[in-house]
Amino acid sequence: MIENKPHNLSTDNSQPSTRKYLKLSGLEPMIVSAETNFINVGERTNVAGSRKFLRLVKEEKFDEALDIARHQVEGGAQVIDINMDDGLIDGEEAMVRFLNLIMAEPDIARVPIMIDSSKWDIIEAGLQVVQGKCVVNSISLKEGEEEFIAHAKKIKRYGAAVIIMAFDEVGQADNYERRIEISKRSYDILVNRVKFPPEDIIFDLNIFPVATGMEEHRKNAIDFIEATRWVRENLPHCSVSGGVSNVSFSFRGNNPVREAMHSVFLYHAIKAGMNMGIVNPAMLEVYDDIPKDLLEHVEDVILDRRDDATERLLDFAETVVGTSKEKTVDLSWREESLQNRITRALVKGIDQYIVEDVEEARQAAEKPIEVIEGNLMVGMNVVGDLFGSGKMFLPQVVKSARVMKKAVAYLLPYIEEEKKKNAPQPPKGEQHWKTADPVLYGLMKEHAGRMRNQPTEAESFLWKALSGKNLNGYKFRRQHIIGSYIADFICLKENLIIEIDGSIHQLPENKSSDKERTEWLEKEGYKVIRFTNKQVINEIDFVLDEILETIEKASPLGTGGAGKVLMATVKGDVHDIGKNIVSVVLGCNNYEIVDLGVMVPPEKIIQTAIDEQVDVIGLSGLITPSLDEMVFLAKEMERRNFKVPLLIGGATTSKAHTAVKIDPQYKNAVVHVNDASRAVTVVGDLLNKRSNQKYVGDLKEDYEKFREGFLKRTKQKEYLSIEEARINKYKIDWSFSEITRPNKLGVEVIEDFDLKKLEPFIDWTPFFRSWDLHGKYPAILTDDVVGEQATSLFKDAQELLQKVFDEKLLGAKAVYGLFEANTVNDDDIEIKYPYTEPSRSAGNFRFRTLRQQLKKHASKPNFALADFIAPKESNRQDYMGCFCVTTGFGTKELAEAFEADHDDYNSIMIKALADRLAEAFAEYLHKKVRKEDWGYASEEQLTNDELIKESYKGIRPAPGYPACPDHLEKLTIWEVLQVKEKINVELTEGLAMWPAASVSGYYFANPEARYFGLGKIKEDQVRDFAERKSIDFEYAKKWLNPNLID
Amino acid sequence: MKDIKKILEERILVLDGAMGTMLQRHKFTEEDFRGERFKDWPIPVQGNNDLLSITQPEAIKEVHRLYFEAGADIVETNTFSGTTIAMADYEMEELVYELNFQSAKIAKEVAEEFTAKEPHKPRFVAGSIGPTNRTASMSPDVNDPGFRAVTFDELRIAYKEQVEALLDGGSDILLVETIFDTLNAKAALFAIEEVKDERNIEVPIMISGTITDASGRTLSGQTAEAFLISVSHIPMLSVGFNCALGASQLTPHLEVLAQKASFGVSAHPNAGLPNAFGEYDETPEQMVGQIKEYMDKSLVNIVGGCCGTTPEHIKAIADLAKKYEPRKLTVDSF
Repeated sequence: MIENKPHNLSTDNSQPSTRKYLKLSGLEPMIVSAETNFINVGERTNVAGSRKFLRLVKEEKFDEALDIARHQVEGGAQVIDINMDDGLIDGEEAMVRFLNLIMAEPDIARVPIMIDSSKWDIIEAGLQVVQGKCVVNSISLKEGEEEFIAHAKKIKRYGAAVIIMAFDEVGQADNYERRIEISKRSYDILVNRVKFPPEDIIFDLNIFPVATGMEEHRKNAIDFIEATRWVRENLPHCSVSGGVSNVSFSFRGNNPVREAMHSVFLYHAIKAGMNMGIVNPAMLEVYDDIPKDLLEHVEDVILDRRDDATERLLDFAETVVGTSKEKTVDLSWREESLQNRITRALVKGIDQYIVEDVEEARQAAEKPIEVIEGNLMVGMNVVGDLFGSGKMFLPQVVKSARVMKKAVAYLLPYIEEEKKKNAPQPPKGEQHWKTADPVLYGLMKEHAGRMRNQPTEAESFLWKALSGKNLNGYKFRRQHIIGSYIADFICLKENLIIEIDGSIHQLPENKSSDKERTEWLEKEGYKVIRFTNKQVINEIDFVLDEILETIEKASPLGTGGAGKVLMATVKGDVHDIGKNIVSVVLGCNNYEIVDLGVMVPPEKIIQTAIDEQVDVIGLSGLITPSLDEMVFLAKEMERRNFKVPLLIGGATTSKAHTAVKIDPQYKNAVVHVNDASRAVTVVGDLLNKRSNQKYVGDLKEDYEKFREGFLKRTKQKEYLSIEEARINKYKIDWSFSEITRPNKLGVEVIEDFDLKKLEPFIDWTPFFRSWDLHGKYPAILTDDVVGEQATSLFKDAQELLQKVFDEKLLGAKAVYGLFEANTVNDDDIEIKYPYTEPSRSAGNFRFRTLRQQLKKHASKPNFALADFIAPKESNRQDYMGCFCVTTGFGTKELAEAFEADHDDYNSIMIKALADRLAEAFAEYLHKKVRKEDWGYASEEQLTNDELIKESYKGIRPAPGYPACPDHLEKLTIWEVLQVKEKINVELTEGLAMWPAASVSGYYFANPEARYFGLGKIKEDQVRDFAERKSIDFEYAKKWLNPNLID
Repeated sequence: MKDIKKILEERILVLDGAMGTMLQRHKFTEEDFRGERFKDWPIPVQGNNDLLSITQPEAIKEVHRLYFEAGADIVETNTFSGTTIAMADYEMEELVYELNFQSAKIAKEVAEEFTAKEPHKPRFVAGSIGPTNRTASMSPDVNDPGFRAVTFDELRIAYKEQVEALLDGGSDILLVETIFDTLNAKAALFAIEEVKDERNIEVPIMISGTITDASGRTLSGQTAEAFLISVSHIPMLSVGFNCALGASQLTPHLEVLAQKASFGVSAHPNAGLPNAFGEYDETPEQMVGQIKEYMDKSLVNIVGGCCGTTPEHIKAIADLAKKYEPRKLTVDSF
């Protein structure tokens, strides 16, 4: 259906023959309707009309050139005419550049643009960079119909209106008839042949000067006015425009007369139908305010009412005294308070006065930095709020950021000065003690002197290069005492310290790590760089370059501008507009941006962050899967022990997602920044060394609260009553389910167990986690970041473990039992305790299980552990078990011994190992039970990995863990197994096991038994549970509180 | 086949819903995206949904089919990023013609199936022309506000290639959509006009902008009406808004168009605003409840869905649209 069938697929938009109006647009619409009266076109951005503008463009002072445009819009221009036609300017380049700059200024770009040139190339270049509907000024029949039509077609395709000059192959129309002739011909060609919308045609009927003294110019104004009347009456929908100031050309220098002439001319031309024009609004008198006598003389000239009109006006003009009415921009805001002025400058993006205002603020402030953190941030917060509420939009925010940058740039030298003031004072003469710790000074002085006299080879080598101001005139000292340290080399003026590694120069009693030392020195305001002996000797050029570079780039704000921000759009996402905006806004606030672009894999983000030592990481994404990427990256940052704040932004991100999904993954700051203007404040707060800890703390707390609130609010989950939940229990088909009778029923005790047997059962991953090393064993041993530490830790652990094995330092015991069991009343499991020994009589015990109450989707059951045991009604005998293992005997004593020896390391180590051994023992015992005592899995062949992953049949849930969070059930286990009596593991008041390295739980053998989380339960179950257990309701409630819905 | 312009005067036409949302359900892996043909492509292509028209054509056709079954009159081709500019991220500039051609071809095949079955309800294919990932009237560098990452001519040339391929593949309509920078759209419209001129054909054009935030403006700063004025030089089937906002937030901006545009007005909003997890969770019932307002106020001639909408949403919209008269195409001049 894409053949040429114009009638069939016609999309002709023609309308009934109502009046059509010229509609233009910048960022906002502009409609030239009957009510609009007259459209005022600003003319000052025209190199032919304004010398100042010409000069500014020639000198490439585009900032000031933009001010002229802004001034015009503020002064009331509804369209701005831009002309770059000058022999000394590359018009095309200047037009594009200036228009592009205007597009970044929303307060200018809100009005439509008139692209003014006599050269088609310049016009077309202009049309290609403006999004709104422009006016082309102008084309004409001067070069013939062919070119006229070609240009008109293009203009139509670019979507612009056009000014047609009354000009043809013969020349310019200079009387009434020629104006009509050319207008009519142009109109017919455009409307009938080019199909140009008639409402988009504007005629410029040539305004020529009057009162020139030449007879043929007498009718110039009145002919224009009359021709305008004819065009508006005879050429439907079009407009008429013209450059008004021409008319008063002969009165240059006499502004009162010119202003009156403009007003009079416009008054009559507008009445005739002129609806648009280039007028300097500052050069315009109000018609009614023109003195009567002046008005009469001017009207005589404009309307050609008297033969001697010109002479009379010339005579009269000499008597007219007065000053120009040059109107000024409204500057009343300059009278307001300083903060208001700064805020306004930021909100409006006006950088004209910011330096003087900031200077005023600086003088009032105690420290220059306070101007940034106070006045300017107050303003930026207003910008952020306005933007957030939709009252400002992006380009404005970007502009605000530029003003901010200008202000910051002004303040930087003062901040630098301030820093120097606060840095340790350079010593005068030989008063080295000024930087030294006075108590240690005497001792250190001697030591330093000795070191100076016995330099290492590398030191003397470097000293040769640095001494005598050899390095670009910078003065260095060596073996200089600072506090309790001795710096190898120091340039006091630049606060730069150079350390050569490979020699220890501190006094032995002050020995501390290089890191600590560097931190201290940096805190004191010194920059520390280090080289190895080898570098100094083999690569002296490199070393000197580095030193110079460090001196020269040492930036007033410390480590290189305000900080380094890594920005990336996450893997799988290509949207980066928002990210780029944040980058530029931060960039103009003096942050160094490392922009990794789009689709950045997490490894690259992590690696770059490390390599570049960034201060902040910013992640952006627009599509849904990006959210998961961000979560992943946060986890990865946590795993790699990152400390830097993480910023989250992009369309799909939200505070809720950040708080719920990302923030918990990362110990350090995570901030959701949903708009660019906020980014500056947030990053500033994050990196402010004086207050950021509080800020981050507040932030974390805020997110925590938000998260809780959110989870409560959003998880408006429904819960079943306990009765309903029971109806929806997990139903095993007991007529078919496989039940194995244990080989050995009753209670067994293991004492003096050989711990060595547990070695293969140890799951090491949680061991590393307990040391804050995150990663899976064994991969963690080769991890880029923690690998070294992990390996060393593992080695120490192995040593201690072998010692434990060899010297039997820890005592391992277990008690466990297997019993006949059946579920009764849905949630209780009744076990039969057989008669095995004289001290105990046979009897029944009941385990009380808890049931999930969350209303489930589609046929998912509400689990309780009781569901895995055959109910009495099934008439099948089922079985279950319970156990307690410990490897904790001796731990406490060992730990105390280590502590007494000031060996906290091994004290912690032994506890961590005991915990691992207890878990391993539980795993070992479970296996033994499965394969031997119960024997339901005698064929089982699992590797240790599979064991750790629990890929076996049956479960061993532990009270206090998700399937049975009720710690109270431990009491029953203790009673059933006589745990305390048999193996001496006790329960504390809080129902914790002692020794701590113990594990207790149940055994369920049914192949369908599985781990689950109980989740939240309702009070009705707690009440029911308390009754079943015959305990007080409040007591039960206290223990189950974490699981109770609010 | 009946002229779409005529049909537009008779009833409210229904556009399809989200392609991406439907494709996400497949959870295509990198390998699925690559298929056999691109198995050795040097860079990752997962996420390049347009590529699926070549590597997973059946999945794409199935989405079209589901939307037609749901009652859509028009489906969009799977070519939102089908320009050399947008494809540069995947180094697939060379494939642009083929991607667009194939996408249009398979959509057209499905449309023809349905038109043959239900001749009283002809189905149309709209060639989807996205905004690209660069903006012609804003600078990505604040220190150089005069800088532009892409020029009008670069855009025009890229769009022209896409337009030619979409038409060659059988698109009935061209849909310039999700316009965040009007200058980009003007380059697309310029390219379309060039192709129309060179081939001496007419093609119905739909134009759809996007209002990105609470300011009620496009990303490049224009108000709804300024946007309308800036694109009105091209004869078009409809103008409207899509994406970014949900149906109810779009209403005031559609009112502007409905009042001032002398051609069709379209809307394909998202299924609400994304929730905290980036999911659109407005149900068909909720969305239709809001779209009903469009119809009650007689604001639209074409309505469909953008991000997060599914055949269920479209079915609900189509069922609703049947009960209403379309908005009258002429407006009083003002």
